[in-house]
Amino acid sequence: MTRSARRTRRTLQVAGAGAAALLALSACSSSDDSSSSKSDISASASPKMSGTVIVFAAASLKESFTTLGKEFETAHPGTKVTFNFAGSDTLAASITSGAPADVFAAASPKTMAIVTDKGDGVGTPVTFVRNQLEIATLPGNPDKVTSLKDLTRSSLKVVLCDKTVPCGAAAQKALTASKLKLTPVSYEEDVKSALNKVVLKEADAAVVYKTDVHAAGSKVEGVEFPESADAINDYPIVLLKNAPNAVAAKAFIALVQSAEGQKVLSAAGFLKP
Amino acid sequence: MTKLDTSDAAAETLKGGPRRRRVRMTGHGVPLPLLVPALVGLAFLLLPLLALLVRAPWRSLPSQLTSTEVWQALQLSLLSATLATAVCLVLGVPLAWLLARTEFPGRRLVRALVTLPLVLPPVVGGVALLLALGRNGVVGQWLDSWFGITLPFTTTGVVVAEAFVAMPFLVISVEGTLRAADPRYEEAAQTLGASRFTAFRRVTLPLIAPGIAAGSVLAWARALGEFGATITFAGNFPGRTQTMPLAVYLALQNDPEAAIALSLVLLAVSIAVLAGLRDRWMTTS
Amino acid sequence: MTDLITTPDKGLDAHLVVDRGTFRLDVELTAAPGDVVALLGPNGAGKTTALRALAGLARLTDGHLRLDGAELDRTPPESRPVGVVFQDYLLFPHLTALDNVGFGPRCQGATKAESRAIAAEWLERMGLAEHAGVKPRRLSGGQAQRVAVARALATRPRLLLLDEPLAALDARTRLDVRAQLRRHLAEFEAVAVLVTHDPLDAMVLADRLVVIEQGKIVQEGTPADIARHPRTDYIAQLVGLNLYKGSADGHTVTLDTGPVITTTEDLTGEVFVAFPPSAVTLFRDRPTGASARNLWHCEVAGLETHGDQIRVDLTGELPLAADLTTVAAAELDLHQGALVWAAVKATQTHSYPT
Repeated sequence: MTRSARRTRRTLQVAGAGAAALLALSACSSSDDSSSSKSDISASASPKMSGTVIVFAAASLKESFTTLGKEFETAHPGTKVTFNFAGSDTLAASITSGAPADVFAAASPKTMAIVTDKGDGVGTPVTFVRNQLEIATLPGNPDKVTSLKDLTRSSLKVVLCDKTVPCGAAAQKALTASKLKLTPVSYEEDVKSALNKVVLKEADAAVVYKTDVHAAGSKVEGVEFPESADAINDYPIVLLKNAPNAVAAKAFIALVQSAEGQKVLSAAGFLKP
Repeated sequence: MTKLDTSDAAAETLKGGPRRRRVRMTGHGVPLPLLVPALVGLAFLLLPLLALLVRAPWRSLPSQLTSTEVWQALQLSLLSATLATAVCLVLGVPLAWLLARTEFPGRRLVRALVTLPLVLPPVVGGVALLLALGRNGVVGQWLDSWFGITLPFTTTGVVVAEAFVAMPFLVISVEGTLRAADPRYEEAAQTLGASRFTAFRRVTLPLIAPGIAAGSVLAWARALGEFGATITFAGNFPGRTQTMPLAVYLALQNDPEAAIALSLVLLAVSIAVLAGLRDRWMTTS
Repeated sequence: MTDLITTPDKGLDAHLVVDRGTFRLDVELTAAPGDVVALLGPNGAGKTTALRALAGLARLTDGHLRLDGAELDRTPPESRPVGVVFQDYLLFPHLTALDNVGFGPRCQGATKAESRAIAAEWLERMGLAEHAGVKPRRLSGGQAQRVAVARALATRPRLLLLDEPLAALDARTRLDVRAQLRRHLAEFEAVAVLVTHDPLDAMVLADRLVVIEQGKIVQEGTPADIARHPRTDYIAQLVGLNLYKGSADGHTVTLDTGPVITTTEDLTGEVFVAFPPSAVTLFRDRPTGASARNLWHCEVAGLETHGDQIRVDLTGELPLAADLTTVAAAELDLHQGALVWAAVKATQTHSYPT
C-alpha cells in the first residue's frame, strides 16, 4: 500500500528532524560500502529489491517526484519511497547533520555543494532537470502584472524566497541582471510557502518556479518574464554516502533520469537538463 | 492513650526503623528515588545549553555580533514579545476574571477553547490567523476595507501572532490565582463603598499580582521563542518581521556559526530578564 | 429617648424576606438611631442571611428596607450607608491598618491625605495609633477586631452590622474587647445590629434581643425580659432554665405532657412555666411531709460539670435539669440510671402567659 509522504513543508518539523538527528546520531560517519554506482539508465529490468527509499527533494519537486515514487513502487513491489520535501538549504543542513537519507535532489548546484563538500555524496551529482522562474499572481491577474518590473510597484505585496533558498537566489540573480530593486513583504523559507501566500490571497504576487505555477493550477495565474532565462536553476541529484538502501536508491535515481522520468518531469513544467 | 504509651511507641520506632527515621529527621537526605530522576531531568535540560556554550565560535563571536541584522532581530524580538505580553494582560486578565468569578452556560467549553492555542501546532495557528485576520480573512477583510488595516507582513502582525500563542499561559495562571483568592474581600470592599470595578482594581488586583506576574513571565518567554505562527502569519523581513528565532533558523541553513551566535545572544538576554524577575516568579504570596 | 411613632423616618424599618427554596427568612426589624439590636439564634436560623440582606449582599425576595426614610432594597451595597464588621474581619492583607481604615473614606471621595487623616483619628480612638503602619497579618486578634470596627465606622454609616464580632477571639481577649465594643456601640449614634450565638455577648452589648429560629422571629425584648420569660427550648437552654408549656387553672398548671406544677401566680389559659436548675432538690427516697408540692420521680440520664457544680440531666415523669454541688452529688451516689426524686418549691417557679 503506497504511503505518500506525510511530511509537509512545516519548517518546524524539518528543523525538529534535523535537531533530533543531531542528538540521535553520532558525529563521526560510519564507513560506507564503496561500491561504485553505475547509473543504470533503464528503469525496467530490475533485480530483486525491497525496503524503503528515503528521498530528500526540493519543495518544487513535490508533485512530480510523488508521481515517480508511485511508479517506482508499482514497478518494484515490496519497495516504498518516502519523501522529505523542503527548501534545498534546509535539507542540505539536515543531511550534513546526519539525517538518514538515500537520495538528495536539490534545486541548485550551490545547495548540492553543501552536501558534496562535506563528502556526503557518492560520485558526482548529475543534473536531471532545470527549472525556470515564473511570476505567480492572483487568479485573473487583477493587478495586471506583465513583467518583472511591474513587481516593483509599491502598491503590490510581493513575496520572494529567501536568498539562501535556490529559488530566492535565482530571483535575486534575475533582479540584479535587470537592475531592478524589489523590496518584498516577506522572504519565505521555501518556494511552496511563497506560493501559498498567493494562494491564500495574502500576497499579490510571488516569484516561484514554472513548475509551482503549473502545480497550483487555477489557484494562481502565471506570468512569464524574459529575465528568467538568465537565472535558470540546474537541479542536481546524487546518491548519498550513508544511504541505508543504496541498491533501491540507485534504481530510483535511474528512474528519474530515464525517459519515463523525464516525461513526468517535463509534464510538470521542468526544462530538460 | 496515656503519656507513657506514646513515648514507648516513639522509642520503638527509633529502635525498630532507624534507617527510615534517620532520613526523615535529618532533612537534607533526599530519598534516592527522587534524587536520581531529578538530576537526570536537570541534566536533560542543561545539556543542550552547555553544548551550545561549549561549541560556540568564541573567536568569531565579536564579528558575528556586530552585524546589524543581529541587533535588528534582537530589538524586534524584545519589542514584540513585550507588546504581545501587554496585549495578553489587557485582554487576558478580564477573561480570567470572567472564567473564575462568573457563572454562565458553556463556561467549561469556553475554558477548553481558551487553552486551544497550547495544543495547536504553531504553524497551524499561523494559518488560522491568516484565515481570520488576513487580507481575505473572515474579520481581516473588514479591517482592510473599512480601516485600511492589514496585519500580515507587519510588526503588528508579529505581535498578534505572539499574543495568540502566549495568551493561554496568562489566562490559566491568572484564573488559577483568582480561584484561590477569597471573593469575600470584594464584598467587604463593596460594603465600604467601592463599586465592583473599584473593588477589583484596588483589592482583587493587588491580591492576585503574584499570579499575574508569573503568568506574564511565562507569556513573555513563550512569545519570545515563537516561530511557526510568526513566520506563517507575519512572514520574514529583516527589521520588520524577522524575529530572533526566524533569524536563527535561516542562518542555520548556510551559516551555523552565525546561528549559534544569535542563539547565544537570545539566551543571554532571556536569562538576564528571567533571572531579574526570579523573586516575583518563584514566590506565590 | 426614642419614639418610633413621632419620628418614623429615622432609623431602621425593615421587613426582610429571603426565599431560598429550602429555607425562607421572614423577619421584621425596626430600630431607632442609637439602638443596639442583637439577632440571636442557633446555627442555620437565618441570622447571617438577615445581616447580608441588610448589607445588600443578599437580595430580598420580598419585603422592604428603609433606613432613615430612604428605600434601600434595590440599592447596591456600595451605595448603602451601611458598615459591616465581618466575622473574620476581612482586613485587606496588602494594605496597612491605616490604609484599611482609610479605604472607605477614599471610596467616598476623600483624597489620600484626607482619608489617612480620618483613619489616623479612628485608630487613635481605638488605641491603635502605634499600629497604623502595620499589615493585618502582624496584628493580634483583638487588634484586628478593633481595626475592623474602625474601618466600618470610618464611613459614618447609618447602620452598623456586626457578624459574630467576638467569635474569633480567645476567652481572655474577648473580655477586654467586649467591654471596649460596648463603649463604642454606646457612643454610636445610628442603628447597630449584631448577630451572635453567644447569649452573653448579646446581653452585654445589646439593648434589645431578637431571637430567630428557622427564619422567623420567636421572641424579642430586653435581655432581662427574655432571660426571665423564655418562649422556646432554645432560649431556655441559652439562658439556663427549665421551661415547660401547659394550661393554667389558678395556681395549678397542667403541662401538655401530663404532670402538674404548682405555681405562685394565679393564671388561666396557656402559660409557660420556668425555673432554674438551681431550684431543684434531689432525694434518694421519696420525702415525706415536705413543703414542696412539686415532686417527681426521675431517672438520671447524664451528669456534667458546670462551673464548680454538677448539672444532672433527668428524665422520667418530668424531664429536668438540676444543679448540685459535687458534695451533694456524691452523697446521693448519683450515677447514670439512678432513680431519684426531684422537688421544686412553688415559690421558685415562674409562670407567664404565652
